[in-house]
Amino acid sequence: MSYGLGVLRGMGITMRRVVKTYLGDFRHLGRPLDPKEFSRRQSVRGDGIITVQYPEEKLPVPENFRFVPFLVYEPTLDENGKPKVDAKTGKEEIGYERCTACGICAKVCPPQCIWIVRATTPEGKPRPQAAEFYIDIDVCMNCGYCAEYCPFDAIKMDHDYQLANYERHVSHIYDVKMLMKSTTYHAKLHPTDWAREQQESKAKEAAKAKKQAVAS
Amino acid sequence: MAVTEPVAPAVVKPTTTNDPQSIADQIKAKYPDAVESLSAQGIVIRRDRLPDVARFLRDSPALSFDYLNNLTSVDYPDRFEVVYHLSSISRGGAPIALKVNVNRENPTVSSLVPVYRGADFQEREVYDMMGIRFAGHPNLRRILMWEGFEGYPLRKNYHEPYYEEEHKPFGTRWDQGHHVIAEDRNPWHDNVQYPPDLDATTYKPPRDEIRTAGIENVSVTKLRTDKIVLNIGPQHPSTHGVLRLKTTIDGETIVAVEPVLGYLHRNHEKIGERNTFLQNMPYTDRLDYFTSMANNHAYAIAVEKLMGVKVPERAEYIRVIMVELTRVIAHMSLLGFLYNDLGAFYTPLLYGLEERELVLDLFESVAGSRMMCNYMRFGGVARDLPEGWLDRCQYLVDERLPRVLDEMGNYLIGNEVFRARTKNVGILPRDLAINYSTAGPVLRGSGVKYDVRRAEPYSIYDRFDFDIPVGTNGDVYDRFMMRFWETQQSLRILKQALKQIPAGEIMTGKKNYQVRVPKGEAYGRGENPKGELGFYLVSDGSPNPYRYHVRAPSFINLGTLNEMAVGHKIADLIVILGSYDVVMGEVDR
Amino acid sequence: MAELTKPEPIVLVNSEEEWLEEQVRRSVWVTSWDKVIDLVDKLYNWGRRNSVWPMGFGLACCAIEMICTSASRFDISRFGMELFRASPRQADLMIVAGTVTKKMVPSIVRLYNQMAEPKYVLAMGACATAGGPFKEGYNVVSGVDKFLPVDVYVPGCPPTPQALLYGLMQLQAKIDHQSIRDVRWYKSGEADGIPEPVLGPDIFDPRRAEEINDLTAHPEKLQARALKIQTKLEHKAEKLAEEKKEAASKPAAAAPKPPEPPKT
Repeated sequence: MSYGLGVLRGMGITMRRVVKTYLGDFRHLGRPLDPKEFSRRQSVRGDGIITVQYPEEKLPVPENFRFVPFLVYEPTLDENGKPKVDAKTGKEEIGYERCTACGICAKVCPPQCIWIVRATTPEGKPRPQAAEFYIDIDVCMNCGYCAEYCPFDAIKMDHDYQLANYERHVSHIYDVKMLMKSTTYHAKLHPTDWAREQQESKAKEAAKAKKQAVAS
Repeated sequence: MAVTEPVAPAVVKPTTTNDPQSIADQIKAKYPDAVESLSAQGIVIRRDRLPDVARFLRDSPALSFDYLNNLTSVDYPDRFEVVYHLSSISRGGAPIALKVNVNRENPTVSSLVPVYRGADFQEREVYDMMGIRFAGHPNLRRILMWEGFEGYPLRKNYHEPYYEEEHKPFGTRWDQGHHVIAEDRNPWHDNVQYPPDLDATTYKPPRDEIRTAGIENVSVTKLRTDKIVLNIGPQHPSTHGVLRLKTTIDGETIVAVEPVLGYLHRNHEKIGERNTFLQNMPYTDRLDYFTSMANNHAYAIAVEKLMGVKVPERAEYIRVIMVELTRVIAHMSLLGFLYNDLGAFYTPLLYGLEERELVLDLFESVAGSRMMCNYMRFGGVARDLPEGWLDRCQYLVDERLPRVLDEMGNYLIGNEVFRARTKNVGILPRDLAINYSTAGPVLRGSGVKYDVRRAEPYSIYDRFDFDIPVGTNGDVYDRFMMRFWETQQSLRILKQALKQIPAGEIMTGKKNYQVRVPKGEAYGRGENPKGELGFYLVSDGSPNPYRYHVRAPSFINLGTLNEMAVGHKIADLIVILGSYDVVMGEVDR
Repeated sequence: MAELTKPEPIVLVNSEEEWLEEQVRRSVWVTSWDKVIDLVDKLYNWGRRNSVWPMGFGLACCAIEMICTSASRFDISRFGMELFRASPRQADLMIVAGTVTKKMVPSIVRLYNQMAEPKYVLAMGACATAGGPFKEGYNVVSGVDKFLPVDVYVPGCPPTPQALLYGLMQLQAKIDHQSIRDVRWYKSGEADGIPEPVLGPDIFDPRRAEEINDLTAHPEKLQARALKIQTKLEHKAEKLAEEKKEAASKPAAAAPKPPEPPKT
């Protein structure tokens, strides 16, 4: 083997890649933010990988993506069946919280970053609701166990990864107010999950109705 | 052409099982007083007979237990137990466990370094973590913690500064879980604890010792020159993380190298013993963070061994697909990383990382995270593959990855500068590779045909048709080529697995967070991209492991660095280190 | 057609002095000192924010995501940050990517001290921020901010490359809001850097040496501290419980309907 050919071949391949990249760019000149083209270029069928122009373009995250948990609440519905929106905060009004403070998430959490205080009735008996719920996102390892093992579908993994800030002692400890997010948000993030939940609740209602019909 | 160099078909098939009874009988025949007791968990050897027995097991041609898989210790209330897992390279099969009981007051065992040099780092680790002394060890010092640290962390009576309770889940989290940050629990308001006699204003840490024994009179030139100690790391662009190399050089030539570890010691085992079995799964992701799926698999195998769960067919296939994809991307990135160490800055690495991104996309869509997959559960996998996943994977495996791999082979392997820099550099002879307990591509690069997937077939690897490539010289070039060939073999496995994957269940039984693990112990292992990743678990029937030990391949492989690097130039050291593909998360744990 | 009228001549100056003043006003830009500094700030920050050179400094898992950020898909060089410097002397930004262990932290502090001002620290991931999932470990520092001033925290375990890019954009925003009037590195009497922590029986900060000596010499003080913490924790719990009770006993706070648990 004559000396230098291998090096040249390597250079050639690199050069070909460079040319190919620019050719690809020229072909798509004028429509840099075409979402269809973007997803093709980022998929396994694209040639190479084209840079994601973050923050203008964002790489979509899959449904299973997990980043810091949040709690799900059912919003109050108005007469049209649409969720009521609180005018002051712009958030949907809390109808009821799905969380029953059963504590499974706190027990299964590997780094033990979930703290729950169970609510009590005036008589002092435990009530199936969380009075306090904290997640220390500086300890959280985004493993997704809490969402996976929650029997009430009350805790889910968020998709919002843009959380960087300048302070950690206050803002990184999420309390129940920060954690509560409406089902509208949840349905948008996890459509498959949401469809399954709807199906289950419908089945349950149907079973209930049947039972009542039998009883009467 | 190097790319299509033929590899011999696989012939290693386990023929005999390593039955403890027959082995104990053979030991008894030679040393009647050596065996204290025998059980399915292992053979308990008398403490003073250990070196003899080990030498006998290694040298007896019938047994030829020439490979020390794992060395660790367990802290029982009344004694320490040092556990040795031995296996035979030629015969394969599951390793046998030798055990030695040591009293708690003066824990001393004779060192096995003269018999198995792979015991060197592992014995130091046991000394560091449990305070068991190994008589005759050439360099018995702390390895993960620093010299001067107080306490032996893995002893059961050692409590870390943020100690809350013996086991998770902690009672303070529910149902009166008022948030308290860990700092507020400690009187120092930090993760520290000091002995009462510490004088902080005048404290001088012990001097960093440079080992010069045996190298005083070494000279590589005819000129009389002074030796210089060069400190590489812990922050160095080429040490693949926070590794420190104390290098003694004579001119440009290396006289001795000593890796200093522990800069990323994250107390994996101590935390693992506080965790429940299930809670350890996401922690294993962070061992070798390049190959989290493979780590999950090895850990799941170990726990399933204890539980006796059978994994459904589809889940087994999914597992194999995930692990082999992991192997492909880990090896392809290494091809680039090694070039990085050679000075071809970043371009080859970018090509490797590009394909890695696509595989990570696949992981993300099924497991939820790019790197920390946390995907496997005991008795299956966490969730089924989403729609269209298999098609994407199929295209990647059939079309794209072979094409890119060919391209990489085309321009990386033929490169003359690369060949000149890697051939005959960092040679590790075959017998040394075995004796040092190296694993994975480092072992096979030295011409040893040993792969856990064939030696002790786990999961469904016995169904696939693939070869175990081996090197011939044991130099950096061979280790590089091992990665290349293994990627090709992984793609072969992937093609078969994707063709055969059946529909069906992905999990045995119902999903449950309270995993019941019966009493017992198990050593489960898998062939990680870096080598044999083993988990030694002792369960006392409670939800938490009593002992949780990780046999980290990178950690043990690093023991051969001195052997490989001495006599080479300082620039070659970086390349030699690169050829190990060390990941510090796994080395230091 | 509109009638054209001859325009009146515009008298600009009445005297020579006025003419001179006018000339000065026209050709010399007079403004307040503050405005000049603002302009300099803008230029200075524009330059700095687009050439933040990070140090090639990876500790653990997050470092791999940092490498991915600098690779072709996310391409950190679009922010002018692609030059990962091997030497701290040439770096502006230390991305602490990974778990900070006690054994490593003296080196980190030394590297920080070796960096030239202006310098920034970005804590990437939960571990660097506060210890993360390994916080309870005996060899893990509870956040790099125990020793270094951290500018931006990026949560996540590990943060995805896009999360890191977002953190870097936050850092750029921070740089934008700095002014040479009050930045640390133009003030006189700057300290000599952060004293390196010492690896003794456990790690200690030399700045806290006196306190440590005081407490180790007087175990009763330490005990009192522990007791205080204990009572504080209990007190906190009691107080919160009382508050809850009060809130619960109020008739106005109608308890929301609890959902029915799913039957298994």
